[in-house]
Amino acid sequence: MPSGDAFASSCNACKQCTPLGACIAFKGIEGVLPMLHGSQGCATYIRRYLISHYREPVDIASSNFSEETTIFGGNRNFNTGIDNIISQYHPKVITIASTCLSETIGEDVQRLIYEYQETHNTMPDLPVMIFASTPSYQGTHSEGFHEAVFAAVKTLAEASGPVGDHINIFSSMISPEDIRHLKEIVEDFSIPAMLFPDYSDTLDNTSWDSYRRIPDGGTPVEQLKNSAMAYASVELGYVLNSGGMNGRIKDNGTKQSAGEYLKGKFDVPLVRTGLPIGILESDKFFNSLASISGKEIPMKYQRQRGRLVDLYIDGHKYVSDKRAVIYGEEDLVVALASFAAEIGIKPVLCATGGESGKLAETLREVLGKNYYEDMVVGQGMSFERMEDAMRDLKPDLMIGNSKGYYIARKMDIPIVRTGFPIHDRIGAQHNRVLGYEGTMILFEQVVNTLLEDKQRKSPIGYKYM
Amino acid sequence: MAEYLQGRENQIVTKGIDSHELVGGKPSVAGSVSQRACVFCGSRVVLYPIADALHLVHGPIGCASYTWDIRGALSSGPELHRSSFSTDLREKNIVFGGQDKLYQALHELIDKHHPKAAFVYSTCIVGVIGDDVQSVCRRVQKEKNIPVIAVMAEGFQGSKKDGYKIACDALFSLVGTDESLEVSPLSINILGDFNLAGELWMLEEYYKKMGIQILAPITGDGRVKKIQNAHRAALNVVQCSGSMIHLAKQMKEKYGIPFIKVSYFGIEDMSDALYEVAKFFKDDSVMDRARDLVKNQLTTLIPALEPYKRALQGKKAAIYVGGAFKAISLVKALRLIGMKTVIAGTQTGNTEDYRLLKTICDDGCIMVDDSNPVELSEFVKQTGADLFIGGVKERPIAYKLGIGFCDHNHERKLALAGYDGMLNFAKEVYETVTSPVWQFVSQNKE
Repeated sequence: MPSGDAFASSCNACKQCTPLGACIAFKGIEGVLPMLHGSQGCATYIRRYLISHYREPVDIASSNFSEETTIFGGNRNFNTGIDNIISQYHPKVITIASTCLSETIGEDVQRLIYEYQETHNTMPDLPVMIFASTPSYQGTHSEGFHEAVFAAVKTLAEASGPVGDHINIFSSMISPEDIRHLKEIVEDFSIPAMLFPDYSDTLDNTSWDSYRRIPDGGTPVEQLKNSAMAYASVELGYVLNSGGMNGRIKDNGTKQSAGEYLKGKFDVPLVRTGLPIGILESDKFFNSLASISGKEIPMKYQRQRGRLVDLYIDGHKYVSDKRAVIYGEEDLVVALASFAAEIGIKPVLCATGGESGKLAETLREVLGKNYYEDMVVGQGMSFERMEDAMRDLKPDLMIGNSKGYYIARKMDIPIVRTGFPIHDRIGAQHNRVLGYEGTMILFEQVVNTLLEDKQRKSPIGYKYM
Repeated sequence: MAEYLQGRENQIVTKGIDSHELVGGKPSVAGSVSQRACVFCGSRVVLYPIADALHLVHGPIGCASYTWDIRGALSSGPELHRSSFSTDLREKNIVFGGQDKLYQALHELIDKHHPKAAFVYSTCIVGVIGDDVQSVCRRVQKEKNIPVIAVMAEGFQGSKKDGYKIACDALFSLVGTDESLEVSPLSINILGDFNLAGELWMLEEYYKKMGIQILAPITGDGRVKKIQNAHRAALNVVQCSGSMIHLAKQMKEKYGIPFIKVSYFGIEDMSDALYEVAKFFKDDSVMDRARDLVKNQLTTLIPALEPYKRALQGKKAAIYVGGAFKAISLVKALRLIGMKTVIAGTQTGNTEDYRLLKTICDDGCIMVDDSNPVELSEFVKQTGADLFIGGVKERPIAYKLGIGFCDHNHERKLALAGYDGMLNFAKEVYETVTSPVWQFVSQNKE
């Protein structure tokens, strides 16, 4: 499959820019107000994009570069920006993500942070500041997300005592409802755990009594500090931010995930599984938790697994041999493809805007004996290239974010919406796919979508399907 | 309220209480969560509806990705504007320059889509790395024989409003480059309607009934050739004057085309828009037809609005929209359905616009320029508004505060202009304000 590089232009990108992902991850820290160091538009566009998905207030400040700032440097805007954020929001944490503009003019944000902290060291409640380098010409929103996860851990983790009894779980770009489910699972295992980033409340809050400038929820800074003393880290994803070096002049291999950093610096053992979607990938996750904790998988989840197998059997004939196009962030694509393959759906096209260079091999490894030999794998793909490829592949179904809807409409095939973004339905924040229970919901959605399509296209109108 | 950002004091005025003037047009304060976008956004939204042109965003992927199919601007023909084209710059392009990639991209896309013109939007980074976008555009224009226009809209150059002006310059470079369309002596150009949800088509219907030809709609349902012929119209009718007044002024200066400012929102303003055009042509039959049209429309519209008015009587509204002219129309339209405006703010109004807005608002109305979520939520609490009118970014503020919301931004899918639009507006406001779901919001509990 030709990658994005084979063309000079891209039409209808299947990715967003790096700072967007960083903003999502940073929203998972308790008491945070994120700032983007760059032009005003970046913050506004990203806010609009996130609000349309999460349907929740997403306040992101901007240092609002002007022409002068661009020429003489962002020092003053940075300081005024931080001052104004503190006076308006009183945050515990201010995160700063760079943009293509501030990176290119060579802003040294770490130094700006250091200087601000030095000159304000007597200020009571000086917020913690975290910086992630996220120029939009490096990687995609997915790399931005994991880069921010890494930045938060690197800035805060400190070994201040013996190894604790807690673990770290570093997730990918999952929905707030799935975050809640992961937390429920580790709680049922009775494992004390830090789940990061935890935007399950900050991006999916209740209706409020009064407006809150900073919504409650998020991973506490204290927990991030203690992540260095965890007795294990579990990372949900095989690719993570390893694609961040792609497109660089020189790949010096310096990209690290949060888990890799903690392993290298503090000897925290690292277990890596994919996103637990489908039985096989969920088994890996549950087995990891069982072996880390030395406990049995709680009966509740054994029952869920059993019901899921039973459901698979009920529905297998509706999905068998169907041809699906799967697209989105690389780790999501791998997990969804594994799920599709284990229920008898052929993942005829696995496409992503990401460019880690690892998608094909990861798919082969993870899908193993379920691998579909004629699978087309596309990295650095836009929706236009996907559409081109789909013409020959004759798919029955698309599984991915809502931006693929226009192709499904054109080809008159159904689409199952999951991942990011979902801009044409409500409830994206509650979209569930993780664990046996999430898979059950996803499986029912896939089967029922196919049945709905069959009914809609049938002249008869059967009442039993 | 608790605390304004320093330096914003004169951007907030309560009518009847504060004596200072509301100042607009200032750059946003660093560190604010401004609801404004950038220069690029301003240019992009204005030019976006031109449906047979290629719109190529030169920069990393974000700017193109976030503006993909962003407006509800409909086309009666080609739909090239609904795709998002980008040069998708990577680090190596940033270091070695993106000019070659831009050149190739233009060739690739023009060969594939055969557009009637191409707009190349230069983003922040392009301004910094110094790609000579204009020379690439000139070169491709010669090679491909279509207008290839550089829209130098680097985000950091100013605010969204500066982007409007740059878009107007781009449009102006097209005007006067073709003479092939047939033009009636009673012809107008519509400036500043973007055909959201087919609104332009409604206007076209009204003007057609009056015997008026719309020569070039700019830019809703826009076509390159029509814009090229726009210099031959008798009159420019400008809505959304914040975005389009610059083009109207340029066309007046160079081609001597007079312009009038109008709004199509609400009964009064919509009717004025028709009468003003009729007046301009000094033709009694046109005026008679306009009067008939208005009369006919109102005969059905006024009774249809009655039930909504009864239900909404005395309710309070907050307005935070892009430009001041829309805000003024909305204050009037809300009054028509029995509602009082308690907050009136805009992203890009100027001091002069605000003077006019002030004459229309009631005492106690809070007027605000370039606001942010913290302020807006405070104002809603202070005034006890029942409804918020704004864009997607304001929606969660309204919902979290437990009040109704009406989308009046360029993403909406509901026609709100004209007489049908007034009814849609009343219906939408009614549906959200009187929804029973608000009973569950704890702050509303007695």
